[in-house]
Amino acid sequence: MTQPSGAVSTGANALTLVPKTDEKQTAKHFKTDQEVRWCPGCGDYAVLAGVQSFLPELGLRRENIVFISGIGCSSRFPYYMNTFGMHSIHGRAPAIATGLATSRPDLSVWVVTGDGDALSIGGNHLIHALRRNVNITILLFNNRIYGLTKGQYSPTSELGKITKSSPMGSLDRPFNPVSLALGAEATFVARTIDSDRGHLTSVLRAAAVHRGASLVEIYQNCNIFNDGAYDGLKNPDTRDDHLIRLEHGRPIRFGRDGQRGVRMTTQGQLEFVDVAEVGEQALLIHDAEHAHPGLSFMLSRLEVDGPTPLGIFRSVDRPVYDDLMRDQIETAQARSGAAELQDLLTSGDTWRIG
Amino acid sequence: MTKQVRQLDGVIVRFAGDSGDGMQLTGDRFTAETAAFGNDLSTLPDFPAEIRAPAGTLAGVSGFQLHFSDHEIMTPGDAPDVLVAMNPAALKANLRELPKGADIIVNTDEFTKRSLAKVGYAANPLEDGSLDEFRVHPIPLTSMTVVALAGLDLGKKEAERSKNMFALGLMSWLYTRPTEGTVVFLERRFAKIPEVARANVAAFKAGYHFGETTESFSVSYEVKPAPMPPGLYRNISGNLALSYGLVAASRLSGLPLFLGSYPITPATDILHELSKHKRFGVRTFQAEDEIAGVGAALGAAFGGALAVTTTSGPGLALKAETIGLAVSLELPLIVVNVQRGGPSTGLPTKTEQADLLQAMFGRNGEAPVPIVAPRSPSDCFDAAIEAARIATKYRTPVLLLSDGYLANGSEPWLLPEVAALPDLRVEFATEPNHVAANGTAEFWPYLRDEQTLARPWAVPGTPGLEHRIGGLEKASGSGNISYDPANHEAMVRLRAAKIDGIAADIPPLQVDDPSGRARVLVLGWGSTYGPIGAAVRQVRRVGGVVAQAHLRHLHPFPANTGEVLRRYDRVVVPEMNLGQLSMLLRATYLVDTIGYNRVRGLPFKSDELAAVIESVLAGSDPQ
Repeated sequence: MTQPSGAVSTGANALTLVPKTDEKQTAKHFKTDQEVRWCPGCGDYAVLAGVQSFLPELGLRRENIVFISGIGCSSRFPYYMNTFGMHSIHGRAPAIATGLATSRPDLSVWVVTGDGDALSIGGNHLIHALRRNVNITILLFNNRIYGLTKGQYSPTSELGKITKSSPMGSLDRPFNPVSLALGAEATFVARTIDSDRGHLTSVLRAAAVHRGASLVEIYQNCNIFNDGAYDGLKNPDTRDDHLIRLEHGRPIRFGRDGQRGVRMTTQGQLEFVDVAEVGEQALLIHDAEHAHPGLSFMLSRLEVDGPTPLGIFRSVDRPVYDDLMRDQIETAQARSGAAELQDLLTSGDTWRIG
Repeated sequence: MTKQVRQLDGVIVRFAGDSGDGMQLTGDRFTAETAAFGNDLSTLPDFPAEIRAPAGTLAGVSGFQLHFSDHEIMTPGDAPDVLVAMNPAALKANLRELPKGADIIVNTDEFTKRSLAKVGYAANPLEDGSLDEFRVHPIPLTSMTVVALAGLDLGKKEAERSKNMFALGLMSWLYTRPTEGTVVFLERRFAKIPEVARANVAAFKAGYHFGETTESFSVSYEVKPAPMPPGLYRNISGNLALSYGLVAASRLSGLPLFLGSYPITPATDILHELSKHKRFGVRTFQAEDEIAGVGAALGAAFGGALAVTTTSGPGLALKAETIGLAVSLELPLIVVNVQRGGPSTGLPTKTEQADLLQAMFGRNGEAPVPIVAPRSPSDCFDAAIEAARIATKYRTPVLLLSDGYLANGSEPWLLPEVAALPDLRVEFATEPNHVAANGTAEFWPYLRDEQTLARPWAVPGTPGLEHRIGGLEKASGSGNISYDPANHEAMVRLRAAKIDGIAADIPPLQVDDPSGRARVLVLGWGSTYGPIGAAVRQVRRVGGVVAQAHLRHLHPFPANTGEVLRRYDRVVVPEMNLGQLSMLLRATYLVDTIGYNRVRGLPFKSDELAAVIESVLAGSDPQ
């Protein structure tokens, strides 16, 4: 897998108000002196390296970048980024980031979270940050397992998963993070994988500049407790049949040499077809910018009985929460002029004695 | 006809009716008229948790009590001298509290068979002699209102709605209140529906003129203005004063105010109020839950805002983990808890002081948090500024413990001069503060100020100060993750020492003992200040010798607290809980206290506390 997703026009830039640097940055500038303490072979290393090597592209002042995480293996991420950072508490990073991003438009605010952090204990904060469209970028490391607590099933583990806390198989159906985010009408939703630096970088680039909440699900291998969860998408012999690379404005094809494709039936359902049989013009064209998230949602469900799509599912412009809040403040200030504290205190019915 | 005007030194009035009858508005207006007249006053609304309980039921009774006088008063009064009962439920719900001889103004139109049956009256109490101990004034308020509004183009139901203004007019006449303010208020309030404005004004005036002409009342009363310190006054409730205090603290500190909050009774009005003040740069964020409210506030604090979250007891429980994170991050955060009856959902609209120990200890680990408690509605303004001062100076979350009585009660407030308010300016870190072994300058987020033990507040956007902080234990100084046993011990003790050190930065506990020879001290905290103060004066008037002190800072206690406690033979601690302050005092100072504890959802009555003090003075313990 080498081709990144197709270019998606991003409209308003998330970073417009963030100060730029003259410093010639490299990945090294974003590394800290802290020893990285993930297990050897963890997919998190690849994502960290990917983020560190991609950030210089943005040309932002390092002090205006903030990484906020929750709890879990991936949430150690901020310690390894030479920016401002906060390793917070379980599930709450989107809420904390909301407060920061809302009060500081000059910052590029990132949330680093995992499948347990974002979808179990923090599920509520995630969906509300997405629906509000706060100007933050959320990296959701999905390894489909609880790693830091040593191997219990997570809200993205497949049904029937045998783990330490589910010796006869897990009983609860998994969340599909992309479906969930689209259900919350997130304005930017993408999925990428730890093993493909090129794809990872292209998705991060689009997410970083998207003004509003961006959710990037990163398939990440936990080689200790859930090794090989994504092997089907990584093995050169099988991956072409198991994944779809979504490209905006392009027909949706997959399989070796793109022999297979996705078509919409007259009943409004998606089906898999042989391109040779139906012709390329019959295929569904991926439109990440469609105003309605319905078709993107259908694409997110293909993996239930077919290949898994990677790439940008949705990228649309919608008013951003923090911009709207700032507008209200500016409007109020313009309407009533300078606010004087003494006037506020005397604003009710007053009387004078003496 | 000119009627006799009799002078009174003070009156306690209670308006009571169905929750749809507009009793709170009626009470507010009577209060405004009374304030404008120059009396000292204190109010206490008392309303059900249900927005619209079934009409005419006891559960749906909404009340508003006002105490006004020609001298300084400290409470909304123990028992009403006058009850305005708009229906049988309002009469029944309040009758128990009426002293013999009290005036009862009843709306006879509502005393129908059906309404009486609804609240379990077998016979009409207006006719069966059961109210003989009182001075009953039966008045058909509803039908008189309808008659008064006959000239207006209104349906009967609509006309009836103005009966509360008729009652207000009558009361305004009875107590010689100025009426212009209410007329202006009604015209302004209903400016968009002029027929409603006209109806309310007409009903109000009709009620006033009815008082002048009816034979139901042979006298009217006058309560002269109270001598109060000169200056500009307004009437203010605790929640409003607290909101203004936060806006003021934002101005005084130069930090933008950020409120993260989730609606919860009785704290919600602070969210409402602050959301109006965007022109002061106030950002209000109505979060998805209590946890997100405090989380967003903490995020804003990291970014350099004056960060606040507001809640009540159950919400404080939900915020506990994030407050612990704020303790660990050592960032300023104001946590307002407007206490209500608990446990669990408890009594949402009633007052209690039972969250002191939750505020003190309700977090995992050793997580000390300063606690500040206002003592009266207007004091909420100063207490909010004090909470902001401690939070920003010591980089710590601070708990501000108000309660339902302070939140909704009101009193006259001598407006402060802004120039006289404290300077809360803070300095953010701007430079590296440490030299690494290799000689390069670096920033250590946990290098402390020697005097305050506060760590630097280094906000994102400051070049060269990039750093990472979190809930894991940090090495003292560098802030790097540390699992070192000695370091953890040192950090736990440093965090505690920082909070304990605030004792040197707050005023000593003041004792009020005009005699100078009291052997009994009454010590309180929070909203019991008014009833305790009134009770102490009552006892002194009859020759009792007693001292009073009131704690504004509950953690740390003022430095002289132990010394004050030891000075007295007996220390009485009245609390609206089962003895939480007593427990802290005993544990901290090994001084015994005599607790007087009641949890009825209502403030103490001053008569009740006076009796307690008398019995302690007489050598026995109160029950």
